[in-house]
Amino acid sequence: MKLKSSIATIALGAALIAAGVITLVDSPAAAPAPSPLLINAAGATFPYPIYSKWFTEYNRVHPDIQINYQSIGSGGGIRQLQAGTVDFGASDMPLNDQMLKDFKFQVLHFPTVLGAVVPTYNIQGVSQELNFTAEALADIFLGKVTKWNDPAIAGANQGVNLPDQDIVVVHRSDGSGTTFVWTDYLCKVSKDWETKVGRNTSVNWPVGLGGKGNEGVSGLVKQTPGAIGYVELIYAMQNQLPYGRVKNSAGAFVKADLASTTAAAAGEAKMMPADFRVSITNAQGKAAYPICSFTYLLIPANIQDAPKKTAIKDFLHWMLTTGQNDAEGLSYAKLPKDVVAREMKAIGQIN
Amino acid sequence: MASAPTTVDHVRPPGRTWEFIKRLRRGDEVAHLITLLAAASIIVVTVMLVYQLYTNSTLPRHKFGFSFFLGKTWDPVSGEFGALPFIFGTVVSSALALLVAVPLGVGAAIFLSELAPPRISNVTTFVIELLAAVPSVIYGLLGIFILVPVLRKGVMPFLKTTLGFLPFFQGPIYGVSMLAGGLVLAVMIVPFIISVSREVLMAVPVEQREAALAMGATKWESTWQVVVPFARVGIMASVFLALARALGETMAVTMVIGNDPRISASLFAPGYTIAAVIANEFTEATGDLYLEALIELGLVLFLLTILINGLARLVIIATTQKGAAQG
Repeated sequence: MKLKSSIATIALGAALIAAGVITLVDSPAAAPAPSPLLINAAGATFPYPIYSKWFTEYNRVHPDIQINYQSIGSGGGIRQLQAGTVDFGASDMPLNDQMLKDFKFQVLHFPTVLGAVVPTYNIQGVSQELNFTAEALADIFLGKVTKWNDPAIAGANQGVNLPDQDIVVVHRSDGSGTTFVWTDYLCKVSKDWETKVGRNTSVNWPVGLGGKGNEGVSGLVKQTPGAIGYVELIYAMQNQLPYGRVKNSAGAFVKADLASTTAAAAGEAKMMPADFRVSITNAQGKAAYPICSFTYLLIPANIQDAPKKTAIKDFLHWMLTTGQNDAEGLSYAKLPKDVVAREMKAIGQIN
Repeated sequence: MASAPTTVDHVRPPGRTWEFIKRLRRGDEVAHLITLLAAASIIVVTVMLVYQLYTNSTLPRHKFGFSFFLGKTWDPVSGEFGALPFIFGTVVSSALALLVAVPLGVGAAIFLSELAPPRISNVTTFVIELLAAVPSVIYGLLGIFILVPVLRKGVMPFLKTTLGFLPFFQGPIYGVSMLAGGLVLAVMIVPFIISVSREVLMAVPVEQREAALAMGATKWESTWQVVVPFARVGIMASVFLALARALGETMAVTMVIGNDPRISASLFAPGYTIAAVIANEFTEATGDLYLEALIELGLVLFLLTILINGLARLVIIATTQKGAAQG
């Protein structure tokens, strides 16, 4: 892994030089102020807007602590944490057992907020919100259902005049936590999907076109008649994209919003393992939207540097209390109360 | 003053060291050293690049061996990686781009250097050089919002009804496709071909043209039979420069090509290129095998570029010798 470490070294070097330049420039003006404790973190891009708000707000309350977050992607965050170039990482999916084993030290998962993924579509002459069953979504993305008026779709949408139009499947071309959540859900509801495709940040898609990022997928869907794709709930809300209701495990068609996303986490909270490494797709509960997930901070269980340890523990505490109130303003679903309570206890595991 | 060197010569007979110092004073050695360093650094960078790509792709090389080049499946879930669809996509999209860009670019260069009034030529050349500086994401956006809808609504249905018997123009019409990728690349590389070819054509000695005209050739005969063959090597060099750009282009291509690693004869079908898949999947590649397979793709792209550049050299050598024999 020489390439990665040398890239990290170069990045670190550049950061140090930049920091040096800033100190040089600043020092004559504000001489006596002690330099703040700098904590480096890197990882997922999906929660970047809320993380950046949190780290800024936290710095306002604690001017002596500065958390520097690079949104380089979950995979990059995991690797940087592994290489020890950052103090903590962030990932849209929990580490699996093999990845945990590859770490030389113990890593704790702290869910921060929730995200949901929604199916968006473009069918000429259809303005109503469509209902999707789990089987219909799996079969569309497997390429088995190829027409919009297929009984698999029409059956759940009585009264909607679905055309005899070809379905064009659109998926993410870049590796993404969004794809992980979507394929994880399809794995849970379709044996066929699980054996043929599986779950990952990118997969070997049976059919469809690839668009880069949420904007790439929604752009292709908007342009292509008969298209269906999946995007993050936040992206769909902010850009007012039409998106469908999905049938949950209790049999209800639920439209994704912040409340139904939090409800999914609440429905699974009782069965959640102690380390929070859990997929909450296809969650229980009548109000639960079935395609959502936590996004995590990955924190080493042993932090050698005492001031950093105190700062990180304090930040987690702040994030779970004050910080949660910022979530909905930025269209992120906040954590249910019992998950917050359990994470509070888990902070004690850092030493 | 004339005696001074002789006394020095007496004390220290002229040797290699003295010669060196003398040349150093005149600046020869300094210039030599600096330019040598500049040249060497390019070699060092290239060697380091290959070394890093090679050492960071051991896992997939050991696991797949040569079958990495021929594998058609790219499945990060099961850990099966084959590069063939990406090699195919890279070569076909670049070839398509050249097919469109070379006649267009060389034609424009001939017009600008030989036929256009100098003022028009200069203004146009300035605009063309501006085009070469446009970031590729802009070309990608133009591709998505203008080229793709035009292709889907107009060009592709037309091609399907008129030339639909050919395997290249069959299958469903999405808009985003190998054709769209090739066309966006063509637009991007045309400025390189025009700009370099025009310079080369203008460098052809005026005597060549005058001689041809004196022999009774028309303006076009002099241009096509004397000036263009004279500049042939330079024009080819411009084409290969453009090809290199097309092979490595990432952003604009990934936005319009459809990003589907499948091999299809139809230009209407989506495709995928090596540079695009690396850019798309590198940040979220979890697991060492997956990451190293992407790095090995980088190595494949490098080899592909060397191979194509090597072929290009051979073509140049072959045609220059032919030209020399004629002359």
